[in-house]
Amino acid sequence: MKVVLLGATKGMGRAMGRLLVERKHELFLLGRDEADVARSARDLEVRGGRPANSVGVAACDLARPEGFATALDAAERALGKLDAIIVTAALFATQARLEDDPAFAGELLAANFTGTVLFCEAARKRLLAKGGGTLCVFSSVAGERGRKPVIIYGAAKAGLSHYLEGLDHKFSAQGLRVVTVKPGFVKTGMTAGLPAPPFAGEPEGVAKAVLAAIERGRPVVYVPGAWALIMFVIRLLPRFVMRKLNF
Amino acid sequence: MREPGSPASTRLLSGWGRVPTVAAQELLSEDLDVITRDVPLSRGLGRSYGDASLPAHGDKRVAGSVLADRILAFDPDSGILRAEAGLSLREIVRLFLPRGYFTPVSPGTQYVTLGGMVAADIHGKNHHRDGCFGQHVTSLRMRVADGRIVDCSPTKERDLFRATVGGMGLTGHILEVAVRLKRVPSPWIVFESVRLPNVEAYVAALKEAGTSWPQTVGFIDCTKGGRHLGRGILIKGRWAERSEAPPQPPEPKRTVSIPFDLPSGLVNRLTVKIFNTLTYWKHFALVRKGVIHPESYFYPLDKLLNWNRFYGRRGMTQYQCVLPMEAGSDVARRFLELLRARRAASPVCVIKDCGPEGIGLLSFPRPGISIAVDFAVNDGTQALVDALNEFVVREGGRVYLAKDAFTRAAHFRAMEPRLAEWEAIRRRWDPERKFRSRQSVRVLGDEAPAPGPRPAPAEPASDLAAIAATPRSRTA
Repeated sequence: MKVVLLGATKGMGRAMGRLLVERKHELFLLGRDEADVARSARDLEVRGGRPANSVGVAACDLARPEGFATALDAAERALGKLDAIIVTAALFATQARLEDDPAFAGELLAANFTGTVLFCEAARKRLLAKGGGTLCVFSSVAGERGRKPVIIYGAAKAGLSHYLEGLDHKFSAQGLRVVTVKPGFVKTGMTAGLPAPPFAGEPEGVAKAVLAAIERGRPVVYVPGAWALIMFVIRLLPRFVMRKLNF
Repeated sequence: MREPGSPASTRLLSGWGRVPTVAAQELLSEDLDVITRDVPLSRGLGRSYGDASLPAHGDKRVAGSVLADRILAFDPDSGILRAEAGLSLREIVRLFLPRGYFTPVSPGTQYVTLGGMVAADIHGKNHHRDGCFGQHVTSLRMRVADGRIVDCSPTKERDLFRATVGGMGLTGHILEVAVRLKRVPSPWIVFESVRLPNVEAYVAALKEAGTSWPQTVGFIDCTKGGRHLGRGILIKGRWAERSEAPPQPPEPKRTVSIPFDLPSGLVNRLTVKIFNTLTYWKHFALVRKGVIHPESYFYPLDKLLNWNRFYGRRGMTQYQCVLPMEAGSDVARRFLELLRARRAASPVCVIKDCGPEGIGLLSFPRPGISIAVDFAVNDGTQALVDALNEFVVREGGRVYLAKDAFTRAAHFRAMEPRLAEWEAIRRRWDPERKFRSRQSVRVLGDEAPAPGPRPAPAEPASDLAAIAATPRSRTA
């Protein structure tokens, strides 16, 4: 596959990139900090046994939608026809921090919802123009239901999940395969310092499950898998229970 | 993406021996540049046994390197790998052994980081031939005490380099490491193991094997006394040539995890004696030869993911010392007799060959033999380590800080004639001693930052002061 990855420098995106190069897929990386993305590209080249500078990079910031077209142009120039576009990038902060810092809450909402949706719009248009392809986007189980620890972050993810669902309904017949990834708790730098619940996953395991979902065209994938069941139960809980619960 | 250096909750940190423990925050981020600012210590996978990776009393934070694990460059011609300090040896082996490269020097576990390998200047079965890890390091990128990021190597800022290799993280944060990997003809190992009746035969065979085999290691039964004292198995190894190796690549070994702590008294004199007798007689043939999986050869204990749980909640410690042989080859026998006299039960006792000192100023090995023993920690452990240290001081040997949790400052100073030179370099780079660990407070007399509940160091029980005051002649 020829894959564009937005968010390859950290956490699950880093693991995703490593799995893809080790499975011999071709990659182009997008990210906010071009120097940092270039470092990740060198890492992937060595891991994949590729020649130096064979993994291309371009700057792409979810907070700056005006740059999306240039970034995707660069990716298409480097790879030719794109088979998949994967988005793992997002901002994160605890609910407490977002409540205390409305300016950052605004940035997070803009990047995780507006920016991500506009990037997906640009991405799906390019895929559809060439007959289709896979758009795989990391949303979150935080978007499944309003919950105390992830109210603002979860709201953006809920909007994103809805958008991706609609995209799948509208364009699947035209060859667009939308894969919505809903990670539960995964041990990455993002969650470092938060108490890890049972069923916490590792980024390497997530990457394997997501690649399998892309290959099989599964529209929604919970990672680790146990979170599908956990969220099924959470969705069924009545309001008076959710008011008591701190989950 | 997220703001770097995310909030880290306080938790109990410990080394591999699980004692002591310290409540502190381990800052974790892919970006070491951010989390190492104004933090007194870095920590990798926490495989040093004692308190080397733990913050001093009153220090609340350590920088965790494990998420900084990107490879920055690899040159197949020179074998030089440059990577961020948190890259694990396990990843290096997984990625590079199939391509015909291996770490030039390997410790007994793959669960160590590049930064940790430099900080402890780890050694392996090939020390008599290839020296320590630091001798193969071509450059380091560090954050030093004044906040700058500095590159050092055997030729550039040589003093900083020599003080950092084996310097237990006390000269600064190691951010990036460049090391020359070694080309190997195949990923398999040819071995020959020999059963030997006592420690004299063992040490003689060890030294003899070192002249023709690149790798030697072995373990002895330290529970048996008399004429079988120190009976053991010596294992010699080398990389298999392509013609000798199985055609298929070695499959990664499966690992087993011990899900809970076993009771603290499980490792005792009786079980240790049974275990030692079984391991000795498992090697019934006098000589065995064959080709072996590299992981079984280098990392036999990695199969049991958290084998330290065998020792229960009270934890364990490893005592590893190097003893010069100039005074006579019976030094190993005398060490084992001391162990027996102290009724110390070690399930594993490893004796290795050590070659010349390397580039690192506080690097552990020196010519002689290294002996490593594991003990369950109990009320007598401090007295036992004191007694062993007095023996080591008298013999002109020293202990390995990466294993140590109990050595007193006076003992360490008496063992380490190079300390003054190392301290002078440290003073130049870190005059305020910003970098410190719980271990550096204990063995180097660094000051703990805040008035915390720190136990006053007890006076050593013996003629230590006299020993420390006597200058010893050294041949090394």
